[in-house]
Parts: sequence; structure tokens; C-alpha cells
Amino acid sequence: MRTSLLSLTSVLLIAGAPSVLAAGSEADFKAAYAAAEAANKEAGTLRNQWTVTAAALAAAKKAADKGDFDQAIASSKEAEALAKTSIFQATSEKEAWKALEIR
Amino acid sequence: MRSAIHLASAALALAALSFSAVPTAVAADTPDPVADAKAFQKFFTEKFPKLKLEDFVNGPYSMNEDLHRQWEEKEQFPPYEFSVDMGKEMFSKPFKNGKSYADCFPNQGIGIRQNYPYFDNKEGKVITLELALNRCREANGEPAFSYVKDEMAALTAYMAFTSRGKPFDIKIPDDPRALEAYQNGKRYFYTRRGQLNFSCATCHVQSPGERIRAEVLAPALGILNAMPIYRSEWSGMGTISRRFTTCNSQIRGVPLNPQDDEYRDLEYYLSYVSNGLPISGPGARP
Amino acid sequence: MASTIRVRATLSGETTEVQALIQHPMDSGFVKDAKGEIIPPHFIQQLTFEYDGKSVFVADWGGGVSKDPYVKFSFKGGKKGDDLKISWVDNKGATDTTTAKIQ
Repeated sequence: MRTSLLSLTSVLLIAGAPSVLAAGSEADFKAAYAAAEAANKEAGTLRNQWTVTAAALAAAKKAADKGDFDQAIASSKEAEALAKTSIFQATSEKEAWKALEIR
Repeated sequence: MRSAIHLASAALALAALSFSAVPTAVAADTPDPVADAKAFQKFFTEKFPKLKLEDFVNGPYSMNEDLHRQWEEKEQFPPYEFSVDMGKEMFSKPFKNGKSYADCFPNQGIGIRQNYPYFDNKEGKVITLELALNRCREANGEPAFSYVKDEMAALTAYMAFTSRGKPFDIKIPDDPRALEAYQNGKRYFYTRRGQLNFSCATCHVQSPGERIRAEVLAPALGILNAMPIYRSEWSGMGTISRRFTTCNSQIRGVPLNPQDDEYRDLEYYLSYVSNGLPISGPGARP
Repeated sequence: MASTIRVRATLSGETTEVQALIQHPMDSGFVKDAKGEIIPPHFIQQLTFEYDGKSVFVADWGGGVSKDPYVKFSFKGGKKGDDLKISWVDNKGATDTTTAKIQ
């Protein structure tokens, strides 16, 4: 459990490059951004949002404002992946924390 | 840098996996704070057999000889003196309605810091000293202070100063809500969070005395006894709320709001397991 | 107004050890406030310790010294009960001075 979380995190930490996409449209961006926002909101209800998720969302918005929807979509997808990992972290830690407890 | 941090956290996590006992079916969910505190103190005193119990309140200065020497010199002319003076002045000044902080607290607010946080039976929640101070202000028509800025830091510095040497005396009443708050605090302490996937325990239970970047880590035992602290990094005095929120952002977790339930419960847990250790606040830290 | 200078001078054998803690913002002029505006430079430029009419320690400071500076030094030749005069001037022309007795 913990090892797979770490390897997922490591992929996100080390690999920064967005995947290659066909030229994205504003509609595609809006959908990607909405998905990322929803995931981050769920992480918020679990009281476990990451600062880097917020940064990726901000980067997505900034790129979209400039009309660079490819970048905006890439940042949105990164934000969504980060948010989902933070949800995974919060959920698995509900039990995993006990392993660290001093007894 | 990032991969270095990742490797560090991976190493720590792997160490945790190999270090902790195999998680068999965990004991019943009813917390036993007395047993917890005993195990907690035993863990640290065994890890650092040369230290006396009261030494733990000095955090990194008890972990490193060179730092200890610097700290002893600093204690002759502590950088927190100005803040304590400011706190004393603020504490003594009456509110616009003529009342003062002394009216809100037992024993006029002098020498009581070691009793905080406490569990309020009526409200069913943990009350910290910072929270009590702001409630006192608001009850007397004054605006609340920010929990992370100089004024709250100065007030709590003065109150801590009047309690120097007194042992932490946190009580958990026989009330399921109090036990739940305690357990919440404990769970928060050990739960990994943020992109760096650290829990409080990752640094302060698994790595006290070791370094994170250039800083020597403090042990969790006694870690709140010196609060609030004058941190050279902050060039000023900072509250418990400030430390909790900045710790969160340092591991890339969005901090909660100061004095949110999680933080109050965390302070409750950490203070309780350090019962018996003397208040050393306000402290100075790198 | 209370002095910004706290000082203790102790004689041990032939050597007088002096410690001082000075309250001063020591703004370098490079830091921005929350609104993004530069906090103007405001720091002590010269700090002087005088004994028996002579300077025993002079510091020429700039913005690189931290807030509320702490100074420690020793000099030969002090006598118990004698005065040690400390004064500073900052870049705004403000000054403060105090006198301590060697213990």
C-alpha cells in the first residue's frame, strides 16, 4: 500500500512533462479543469489538499487566460492527478497511521 | 532537490515499515492515554539514555552538543525578552470596557499555562490557551488577534514565562468526547500528509537529532513545552498555531485554519503525552 | 521611553566580557511586504562601545544583520564599577545610547 503510494508520488515528483495531445480546445480545458477542481474539492473534505495541487490549478488558469489551452489542459490533468493522489493518501492513512504509533 | 526529498521520505517510510512491529489486529479502539503517555516517554528516554526527562523540552539543543553550547550562551541574553516584555504590557492593559485578561483566567492568568489545553465539558471541545485569549478579547468587545502574528505570540510568551518550571498538567476527563478529541489528536500526529508524505511522527519520532536540510530535528516529547518560540528563521516570536500551519505547508499540505479542531486536538494530545515535563517557554530556536 | 539596548559587562581577571541585545528592525531594504511593496531599508549603521573615553568596539553594519542583533565581545583593561557607554546610529539618523556599569 505505502510502497505503491510512494511510487505513484515519485512518478508525479520526477516526471513533470505533460503527455502529448492533439491541439486542445477551450471546451476540453474547461472539462479538464472542472475534473481537477472536483477532485481537489473532495480532497478538501478529507482535510488533505496539497499545495502543489493548488499551484497546478493556478498554472492551468493562467495558461488558459493566455489562450494556451494545450498547456492549460496539461496543468489541469496534473492537478487532477495530484488531487487524486492526495485523496488516496488520506484514505489509506486512515488505517496506515497505526503502524507508526508508539506503543 | 525534489528527488532527494522523495528519496528521504521513501527511506523514512521504508524504515517505518521495517522499524515498527508487524501490525497485528490493533487493540480495541478505546484509547488508553495513560498507557500511551508511558510508552511515549519510554520510547524517547530509551532512544536518548543520556538525557534527563526535563532535557527534552529544549528540543534540538538537547540533540546536539554544539547547538547546546550556543543555546546556553543565548539564554544569558535571550532574543525573546522583547516579546515577553511586550506581552506583559499587553496583558496588564485593560480593555476599553475596563476589564482585563486577568478577569478571564484562573489565578488572574498568572502561572496557569501548564493547564492548557483543557477539555471543556459544556462545549464538548478542546480549549487551547490561544483560543481562550481570543475568546476573552471578543467577550470584552475587542477584536480577535491573528493566531499567527506577533500580538498573540507576545501574550502567550508572557503567560508561558509566568509558568516556567511548572510541569505540564493536562487532564483528560472521563468523557467519551474528551477521549475522542485525544484520539483525534493522536491520529493527526501519526497520519502522513502533504505531497512529501510526512507525518509529524516522520520527523519528530523517527528522526529526532537528525537533520532535515540544515535543521536538527526536535523529539516530539516535550516539543510544546517551549512554545511560543522565538525562531531565528522567523526573526520573531511565533505561536503554536504558526508552527502547525507552517509545518503543514513545508510538507506541501495546504494548512488548515489556525485553531481548527484538528490542531486543537493535536495540541491536546502532544501536551498530554508530555505531562510531567516542565514548561520552558518562551523558547528560542534556530 | 525604554532603552533599545540591553547590556551586561562582566569582569573576569583582566578581561571584560560584554553582551548586548539591541532592539531594532534591521530591515535590509530587499524584503517585500504582503502587498508586494519593498519595506524601506532601516538598519543600524554604526554601533559603538566606549570605555574610558576610547572606543573598544565599533561595528559598521549594513542590511545583512538580522533583526534585534545580539553582540558579544571581550576587551582587556576594564575595572569593576566603571562605565561602559553604548550607542548606535541608524540610516534614518535615529540614535540611542545607554551606559552600563562593569560588574
